Amino acid sequence: MATLTIKGVHKRFGPVEVLKGIDIEARDGEFIALVGPSGCGKSTLLAMIAGLESVTSGQIFIDERLVNAVAPKDRDIAMVFQSYALYPTMTARQNITFGMESRGVPRKDQDEQVARVAGLLQIEPLLGRKPGQLSGGQRQRVAMGRALVRNPKLFLFDEPLSNLDAKLRVDMRAEIKKLHQRVGKTTIYVTHDQVEAMTLASRIAVMHQGSVQQFDIPKRVYAHPANMFVAGFMGSPSMNFLDGRLAARDGGALCVEIPLANGAVAALPLARPPASAPADGRVVLGIRPEHLYRYDAELKAKKPALARLTAPVELVEPTGAETVANLRIGDREVVGRFDPDGAPELGEQLDLGIDMTPACLFDPGSQKLIPDAA
Amino acid sequence: MTLAIAIPAGQAEARNAWWRHVSSRTAIYAFLTLFALLYLLPLFVVIANSFRPLPEITRYGLIWWPQHLRLGAWAEAWSSTCVAGTCAGVQRNFYNSLLMTVPATVISTLLGALNGYILSKWRFRGSEVLFACMTLGVFMPPQIALLPWAYILGTLSLTNSVAGLILIHVVQGISFATLFCRNYYVAIPDDLIKAARIDGAGFWRIFHRIILPLSPPILIVTVIWQFTGIWNDYIIGMAFTSGREQPITAVLVALATAGQQAAPFDVASSAVLIAALPPLLIYFIGGKYFVRGLTQGAIK
Repeated sequence: MATLTIKGVHKRFGPVEVLKGIDIEARDGEFIALVGPSGCGKSTLLAMIAGLESVTSGQIFIDERLVNAVAPKDRDIAMVFQSYALYPTMTARQNITFGMESRGVPRKDQDEQVARVAGLLQIEPLLGRKPGQLSGGQRQRVAMGRALVRNPKLFLFDEPLSNLDAKLRVDMRAEIKKLHQRVGKTTIYVTHDQVEAMTLASRIAVMHQGSVQQFDIPKRVYAHPANMFVAGFMGSPSMNFLDGRLAARDGGALCVEIPLANGAVAALPLARPPASAPADGRVVLGIRPEHLYRYDAELKAKKPALARLTAPVELVEPTGAETVANLRIGDREVVGRFDPDGAPELGEQLDLGIDMTPACLFDPGSQKLIPDAA
Repeated sequence: MTLAIAIPAGQAEARNAWWRHVSSRTAIYAFLTLFALLYLLPLFVVIANSFRPLPEITRYGLIWWPQHLRLGAWAEAWSSTCVAGTCAGVQRNFYNSLLMTVPATVISTLLGALNGYILSKWRFRGSEVLFACMTLGVFMPPQIALLPWAYILGTLSLTNSVAGLILIHVVQGISFATLFCRNYYVAIPDDLIKAARIDGAGFWRIFHRIILPLSPPILIVTVIWQFTGIWNDYIIGMAFTSGREQPITAVLVALATAGQQAAPFDVASSAVLIAALPPLLIYFIGGKYFVRGLTQGAIK
């Protein structure tokens, strides 16, 4: 059993408060991703879990045991660093056995453990080489081997894939996921890449400016972001935000009125009524790029909540699998992901369909999500 | 020497370009050779004079081609010339220098490495201030410390001894050694230390297994710097030792100003060369590593 509980943790460096009250827990075997932009405090939090940084206030429990004052080597954790942090003058094998040597593990046991881990990560042929003779991906695997061999309660990853090139990153991501499925250890994974967080984690903690904005399963973080920061951070290209106003149409159905360029107003009917509305009725409508379509009747039949309006196309970026297009609605530029067949063309006045079912409403003042009426 | 010039259109132009190139090369080499000769001339004079019989030197002057060769001056300088009260040559002083320089170099380098390790990897409150104070020693002329050292050596009863000289050179060498090592170790990623701490390594284990194996470039630089600096030092040896305890550099002065008779230039030249040999040797063997160490980074 290896659980992690972080209660009310604050961290201060002199006058600067870097972590402002963090409450997270990881259950046994979970893969938790700490995701957020640079400077949000995620690496500091990881360092505090590892014991490399002290806790200003609050408590950290590993397996119900308070570890605030426990040294890193006694916390039964293992860490994989962004820079791999392999000891450059030692071979891969010596890198892996360094920890065991420090603890006085007998030579025979050391060899057994190395063989087990090398088999798991397929690094047997690399054991005799020094880090300088290994490629980035190989170094990363040796670093993971060094962590695995400790058989720790908790795995800590600090942006391990950031130093790899794009293709290798995708491959290693899959390997980490497979490794977690095989080994099943509780893992805390820090990254600034929201795709990594979405694909790897069982739960994501989105952090911003020292506090956790949302801590939930990937699906809910993506579809029901707690606030505009989470909504804008998760998903690429980012969610589109349109300022509008709630209004009732005949029949009592609520819609969002978006001002268009020529003074006209587009009324987009909401799929579900919101639980509350701001006093002045001003809201921010959030629509993800993949929920923009070229309007046609067949689509409307399948998606009854499809709203319709016209928008000029200002930029077209074909990526092969899809075409990303920038459209103008009112004074805002809106990004959409379209099927490459029948994609919008530059300069076209696109007959745009917006699927309002997954659309989100945010309060412009607090930036928080306005939930649906129960 | 490759002639890397563009090929111009006409024949005359080509010839002009080639001529310009050759003449500029010649000018550069002539200039460099002239200054090399100027720089090396004193060395040539000393080497020549160490092989010339004294009557010839007195007759023809110091700067002259050797007409007769005599090897005896070297043996005299080593074992029989009269200097500083005894007539046993400079060998005793040579050994004093060696006895002073080797331990002082080793101790100050090791202490510098340890200091550099602590100041760069185990920063604590006030560590930057401490580093600044240590670095001050680099800029301090040794003359400033003469009186304080005289007092300290007197209190410790280390005056006129090689041990006293070792103490002075170690303390004064720590500044340089710490500066070099600390700036080198700063380039070692902190993640390595973090990984080692998680692996269970403590202060000494990290120093011994991770930092020291990465140190050869800067250790060589420090050793070479310290060795040549301590060996060539004159003022500390002159001020705090006398006679038989003096290092060879201090004794050379006595040789050159022998007093009543004509200064024994042949023996003096030999003594100078004997004194210069160790640093020269270090330079020839280690010079390449010195430059490499200064320009190399710690980790790729």
